[in-house]
Amino acid sequence: MASVFGSTLKRREDPRLITGNGQYSEDIQLPGMLYASVLRSPHAHARIVNINTDAAKALEGVVAVYTGKDLEGKIGTVPTAWLPPDSNIQTPPHEVLAVNKVRYVGDGVALVVAENRYVARDAVDLIQVTYAPLPAVAEQEQAIADGAPILHDGVENNVAFHWQAGNATDDVFENAEVIVKQRFRQQRLIPNPMEPRAATAQYNPATGEMTLWATSQNPHIHRFLLSGILGIPENKLRIVSVDVGGGFGAKIACYPDEAMVAYAARDLKRPVKWVEDRRENFLVTSHGRDMVLDVEFAGTKDGDFTAIRVKNIANMGAYLSTAGPGVPTILFGLIVPGAYKIPYAAVDVYGVFTNTTPTDAYRGAGRPEATYLLERMVDLFAAEIGKDPVEVRRRNLIQSHEFPYNTAMGLEYDSGNYEVALDKALAMVGYEELRQKQQELRSQGRHLGIGVTTYVEICGLGPSQVAGAVGFQGGLWESATVRVHPTGKVTVFTGASPHGQGEETTFAQIVSQRLGVPFEDIEVVHGDTNRIAMGWGTYGSRTTPVGGNAIAVAVDKVLEKAKKIAAHMLEVSEEDVRFEDGKYSVEGAPTRSVTIQEVTLQAYLAWNLPQGVEPALEGTAFYDPVNFVYPFGTHICVVEVDEETGDIDLVKYVAVDDCGRVINPMVAEGQVHGGIVQGIGQALWEGAVYDEQAQLLTGTFMDYAMPKARFFKEFETAFTETPAPQNPLGVKGIGETGTIASTPTVVNAVMDALRPFGVKDINMPLTPERVWNAIEKGRQEA
Amino acid sequence: MSQKQHVTLTVNGVKRSLEVEPRQLLVHALRDDLGLTGTHVGCDTSQCGACTVLLNGEAVKSCTTLTVQADGAEVTTVEGLGDMNDLHPVQEGFWEKHGLQCGFCTPGVMMTAVGLLKHNPNPTEEEIREGLEGVICRCTGYQNIVRAVQYAAQKTSQQGTAVEVAAAGSGSEE
Ligand code: FES
Ligand code: FES
Repeated sequence: MASVFGSTLKRREDPRLITGNGQYSEDIQLPGMLYASVLRSPHAHARIVNINTDAAKALEGVVAVYTGKDLEGKIGTVPTAWLPPDSNIQTPPHEVLAVNKVRYVGDGVALVVAENRYVARDAVDLIQVTYAPLPAVAEQEQAIADGAPILHDGVENNVAFHWQAGNATDDVFENAEVIVKQRFRQQRLIPNPMEPRAATAQYNPATGEMTLWATSQNPHIHRFLLSGILGIPENKLRIVSVDVGGGFGAKIACYPDEAMVAYAARDLKRPVKWVEDRRENFLVTSHGRDMVLDVEFAGTKDGDFTAIRVKNIANMGAYLSTAGPGVPTILFGLIVPGAYKIPYAAVDVYGVFTNTTPTDAYRGAGRPEATYLLERMVDLFAAEIGKDPVEVRRRNLIQSHEFPYNTAMGLEYDSGNYEVALDKALAMVGYEELRQKQQELRSQGRHLGIGVTTYVEICGLGPSQVAGAVGFQGGLWESATVRVHPTGKVTVFTGASPHGQGEETTFAQIVSQRLGVPFEDIEVVHGDTNRIAMGWGTYGSRTTPVGGNAIAVAVDKVLEKAKKIAAHMLEVSEEDVRFEDGKYSVEGAPTRSVTIQEVTLQAYLAWNLPQGVEPALEGTAFYDPVNFVYPFGTHICVVEVDEETGDIDLVKYVAVDDCGRVINPMVAEGQVHGGIVQGIGQALWEGAVYDEQAQLLTGTFMDYAMPKARFFKEFETAFTETPAPQNPLGVKGIGETGTIASTPTVVNAVMDALRPFGVKDINMPLTPERVWNAIEKGRQEA
Repeated sequence: MSQKQHVTLTVNGVKRSLEVEPRQLLVHALRDDLGLTGTHVGCDTSQCGACTVLLNGEAVKSCTTLTVQADGAEVTTVEGLGDMNDLHPVQEGFWEKHGLQCGFCTPGVMMTAVGLLKHNPNPTEEEIREGLEGVICRCTGYQNIVRAVQYAAQKTSQQGTAVEVAAAGSGSEE
């Protein structure tokens, strides 16, 4: 039959989503349900002197009001679940509701539960809090300076952790022929999944069972952590996250709000719903990036790279979010040498507390930051030695025959064919002609720029032993159960928790291909801790390389057992049975065959099974990958900059990505599109701004520039396929490549356009104002 | 709060009567009172378009409309656009062209597209992108949304029918 794996098939999740039949956490309606609303601190740093809840409690329809003091001792604190080793990490308590002190604008102060959402809001407005404001600090370099306000008692200079890795000594730099130094600021970004967070909790006082419908990328991790915060045993706590409206990292973390809602439902013995509004999402849901990066890059005059060294001062916000500390350290540091042969690399990372929203993973998480600085440095280096940036890249790329390749940061890259992707992208964009056109236009006073990125990504982290070694407080394997029902229909249970990426479709394709069962006969179940034994969720582009391969292994277990039964039915020995396209046949006598469905029925009837074979047919795998996977590719962007206005026109964008074998080209392309737009968002428009008092100035869609449809023209995307050698399906991740590659690609293009003005770097986002100012400054200096 | 008011509106072809606070947003009437949870809320500043519905045939943001303003009006939500046996061309386009990922923005984006095609049945790519100014999608990068709308436009012109929404049901009292 035609290959299901590798084909564009329409998505299985769409029928419910295009007809309004999805089930997002906010859609849950339960009898007797109450609504919760949170009072949040308007101050970035203040002591709580007094809270008066009388008026709120007196309002008709209000059922309960809780303050931090009310909850003290009854509920745990919110833990941090990534503790980078040898980093002297400080994890001061993060209270569910602040008791004595608030540390950022948005810190929870009180929870109101009322008969409807309007009354809950009214009551929040009636709570009177007396604060004694304290000096606040929003910026990380200011926060570590002497005399800065201290957020947490006992945390000196607000340094949350200090982590170092790699080796690139002063010697190497002193002896280098060429050194380029540059400071980059990775601005703070606000993930803004279109669905704000929401939680609906239902408690059964008789059985002690708690069900929490919550916006989660990793319901089992939430069960694990919330069980500790709430003191509810894991076997009585169910987290359901079936339809989740995007995450981008912001729905990984464990937040106070979900815990409070569950607490209230148990306390009041009524279901409670809480839905974040967008303003709260801006203030409270984790932010991303926010690093100050000082980079030294060394090489030869001929263009060989010899060393890279980075100091990273990362803004962690007021508390260490669940996976936050892993982002500027492990996820950032290990990929600093990128796709190139660089003998020496080192990173020196400080995580800093400030009076801002906690930061955590945001699409790409650490890898976009590393890729950005590297790809920018490569361009600066190429300019310094007067060579074409493509030529310089090509010279240093790891060659296909050099895999597996050991990097200066201690990783073993699995596979790659970097130049094939590069050449394909160059051909698609017409690089040589573009360079000529650029020259012609320059002579007419028009400024075309071409930006190139040749990236490699790490994703699908594992094995779990490595997770432990790098301080991740969990495993990074994935579970799968493939259950073949008596009629031959199949249910697949995955511990990954997709929330828009389309794995209900692609996972069914994996099973259909491998098990020989029609695609239509397969259902994929995810996002419910009562239906799925265990799982670690969806983030870090792990769902397909880890979760998908778990499914492949589970299918193989089904097939192993089915083969025994088939041989028994065909009255031959197992060695004489062949399996193809869902059929077991006798070697040499292909007409003697039984289908997988016939075998399944016999497995369930169990009237006549071979000796020692148990009835029924299902396979479960707990798949621990042997290594990370390393997708790669080349992105090229062409821009034209208007020197009079600083406006940037995105003329063309070409992306060639290699994520190993592609399961569904349409779905993979969709991931690339979304990633590119998010990455360009960072390059050109997005950025959180705090004022001197650490007030967030960009707290609505009016102030924070989200990419819109009209900002773009059509992208051209393509794939090369270099099968991943270390997993059964040959797959790598594709969820973050677009974001990782597009930011430096666009900025490189703009800087290329501005070369005649002597402009070397502009802080992101490259707003017209900043571009225009840089041009003006360049002109004055010239 | 203030006294409740009586409103009558026709939602997806069915006449519904409600007692609501004057300050209630239409989206909450749809979601909380009528159980039509296909319409979503993505912001509080009227920018994301996740809440878009048709009010008397025109795309409006139901987060910025009071229920009392819809008194006597016809409202169409995603639930009334079409079902799996009879998908609206816009729904079909979104499915065919992978115009959605998480699906949260999708009902509002589709309603916006219906409104757009009503006024401009054969839009250019640029006009589609302009027409999507009032919606935000964080997942798709918009390219496949544009293709989905193009698909719907083409399909509609082939069928020779206007992109209108047939009112379901007979307008009877609930
Ligand atoms: S919810 Fe109506 S525009 Fe965002
Ligand atoms: S599909 Fe997720 S926001 Fe549009």
